[in-house]
Amino acid sequence: MSQEHATESAMARPPVTQVGAVRWLRENLFSGWLNTTLTLLTIYILYVALPPLLDWVIFNAAISGTDRDNCTYAGACWVFVKVRFWQFMYGFYPEPERWRVNVVFIIGILGVASLLTSRVPTKAKLIVGVCMLTIFPVFAVVMFGGGVFGLEYIETSQWGGLFLTLTVASAAMVGSFPLGMVLAIGRRSKLPVVKTFCVCFIEFFRGVPLITILFMASVMVPLFLPEGLTLDKLARAIIGITIFNSAYMAEVIRGGLQSIPKGQYEAAHALGLSYWQGMGLIILPQALKAVIPGLVNTFIGLFKDTTLIYIIGIFDLLGMVQASFRDTKWLGLAFEGYAFIMLVFWIFCYSMSKYSQYLERKLNTGHKS
Amino acid sequence: MAEPATQASSHVGDDIIIEMAGVNKWYGDFHVLKNIDLTVYKGERIVICGPSGSGKSTLIRCINRLEEHQRGDIVVDGVTLGNDVRQVDQVRREVGMVFQHFNLFPHLSVLDNLTLAPIWVRKMPKREAEEIAMHYLTRVKIPEQAAKYPGQLSGGQQQRVAIARSLCMNPKIMLFDEPTSALDPEMIKEVLDVMVELAESGMTMLVVTHEMGFANKVADRVIFMDYGEIVEQNVPSEFFSNPKSERTKLFLSQILNH
Repeated sequence: MSQEHATESAMARPPVTQVGAVRWLRENLFSGWLNTTLTLLTIYILYVALPPLLDWVIFNAAISGTDRDNCTYAGACWVFVKVRFWQFMYGFYPEPERWRVNVVFIIGILGVASLLTSRVPTKAKLIVGVCMLTIFPVFAVVMFGGGVFGLEYIETSQWGGLFLTLTVASAAMVGSFPLGMVLAIGRRSKLPVVKTFCVCFIEFFRGVPLITILFMASVMVPLFLPEGLTLDKLARAIIGITIFNSAYMAEVIRGGLQSIPKGQYEAAHALGLSYWQGMGLIILPQALKAVIPGLVNTFIGLFKDTTLIYIIGIFDLLGMVQASFRDTKWLGLAFEGYAFIMLVFWIFCYSMSKYSQYLERKLNTGHKS
Repeated sequence: MAEPATQASSHVGDDIIIEMAGVNKWYGDFHVLKNIDLTVYKGERIVICGPSGSGKSTLIRCINRLEEHQRGDIVVDGVTLGNDVRQVDQVRREVGMVFQHFNLFPHLSVLDNLTLAPIWVRKMPKREAEEIAMHYLTRVKIPEQAAKYPGQLSGGQQQRVAIARSLCMNPKIMLFDEPTSALDPEMIKEVLDVMVELAESGMTMLVVTHEMGFANKVADRVIFMDYGEIVEQNVPSEFFSNPKSERTKLFLSQILNH
C-alpha cells in the first residue's frame, strides 16, 4: 500500500534529469547538428559584431563637454545630441514659453495613464475620457498657440521636435480610430449609398502614398478653400495623416467585424437591442479585441509615418535633427542624430507593443467562438 | 387542415398571442415556408418537429423577425411584423429566444449577459436588473456562476444561462430553436428540466426539438413539418399513437427507433 503511494507521488513530478540549466541548453541550443551549427554561428557573429558596436556606442563615445572639440573620432559623439537635446524636444518653440508645452503634456500623460490602468473605476474613466476628447484638445491648442489670456502668440511654424511629433501622432490616432470604425461599419452596411461611399473612401486613400496626400494638403488644399478661410498647414497635415490612416484602420476593424459569428448579431437582435446598441455593446467590443495586434500595428505605423511631415517643411523630431546636421559646427554627425531618433521612436513603439500585449491578456475571457 | 384539439388543457386561454396567416418565404428560389397558418394561444406549449430542412427553425425565426417572410401576415401580441423597425423591436422585447449554439456574449460575465438587455432596452436601474438576473440564475440552478465568463462553463450551463438571459426580459413568449442539439447527452437533461419547469409556470412556448419525451410530457400540441408545410398537428397522445399522414409515420418511426 505504502509502496503504491510512493510511486504515485513520484509520478506527480518530472524526473530530476528533466530539469535544470544543462538540460535546457541541450534541448534548446544543441539538440541536433543543425541547431548546434546555428548556435555556434550566432555566437561567432555576436563575437565579431558586438564589441565594435559597443565601443562606438558606449566605450569610445564622448558624452562630457559642450563643444565639438570634446568629440573623439573613435566613437559616437553624444555631445552633439546633448547640446541640441532641448531643441530636438521643442523645436523652435521659445524657451521661456516651453512650460506651456510641459503643462499640456503632463496633463495629457496623467489623463491617458488613468484611462489605461485598471485601478481607476469605470465611471471616473468615462469622465476623464470625455474630457480628454473634448476640453483637452482645445486646452492644448490654446496653450501651444497662445494669443489669448495674455499668452504670447506662437506660430505653428515654431512648434517642432518630439513635442510636435507626439502632438501630430496623438491627434491623428484619436481622429483616425473612430473614423476607421465608422468606415468599417459603413462598408458592411446594407445601404448602397453608405457602402459605396465607404468603399471608395477606403480604396482611394489606401491606394495612394501618404506623401502625395501631404503635398496635396500643403499645396493644393489652400487653393480650393473658399476665400477668407484659411487652415493652418499643420492642421492640414494632421487631417491628411488622419484620413490616410483611417482607411487602414477601417480594414483592420472590418477584419474583426467579419470574425464575429452571426449568432452574436442574432442574439443581440432577439433581446431587442437596436442596431447601434448591438454594435456598441456586443459586436465592436469583441471585434476590436480580436484585432488588437492589427490595430497596434497600424498605430505604430502611423506614429512612424508622422516623420514624413518633414518633407512639407514641418520640423518634427526628424526634421529638427536633420536641420541641425547643417550647422557647420557639427557637420558629419548624422549617425548620432539618426541613432538618437531610432532610440526615441523605439521607446514609444515598444511601449505601445507592450501595452497591447498586456491588454490582450487582460481581455482574454477564455472563449473562442 | 383540421383545427387542432388544443383547448382541452386548462392553462391555455382563449387569447390569441401569435397569428400566422398564409405565410410564405423563399431563400432565392427555394420555397422554405409554404402557406403557413398557425394560431397560438396564450400559455400554449407547442413542439415543432420534422426532418432537417423542413423549415421549422425558419418558422420560429419569423416570429421575432430574425428572418423576413415575403407573403402573408404575422401578428405577435397584437403587433403586425413588417418593415417598421420600431414594431419589430417592440415584438422582440416581448419574445425571448434560445438558440442551438447558445450565443452568449463571450466578452461579458454571466451576470452582465443577463443584465445587458434589461438595462439598455428596458432602461432598468442596474441594481434591479442584477436582482432579477440572480433570481433567474437561481431558477436555472447556477447562481454560483454569475461572475464567470461563458467560456468557462459547460454547454449545459451555457444553455441554462441563455434561457435565464431571455427570461430576464420578462417575455410573453419563448422560442427555442433546437436548444439541446448541440449538447453532450449527459447535459440534455439539465436543460430539459429547466424547460419543463418553465412550461409548468405557464409560459407560452414554441420549441423546435427532436426530444419526443419532452414533447410528450409538456406539449399541448405537436406540429410536424416537412418541405415547408405543416403536415400534421395534434395533441401529443394522439400525435404519437395515431399519426395520420404517411410522412409523419415515417418520421416518427425513424426518430423513435434510432
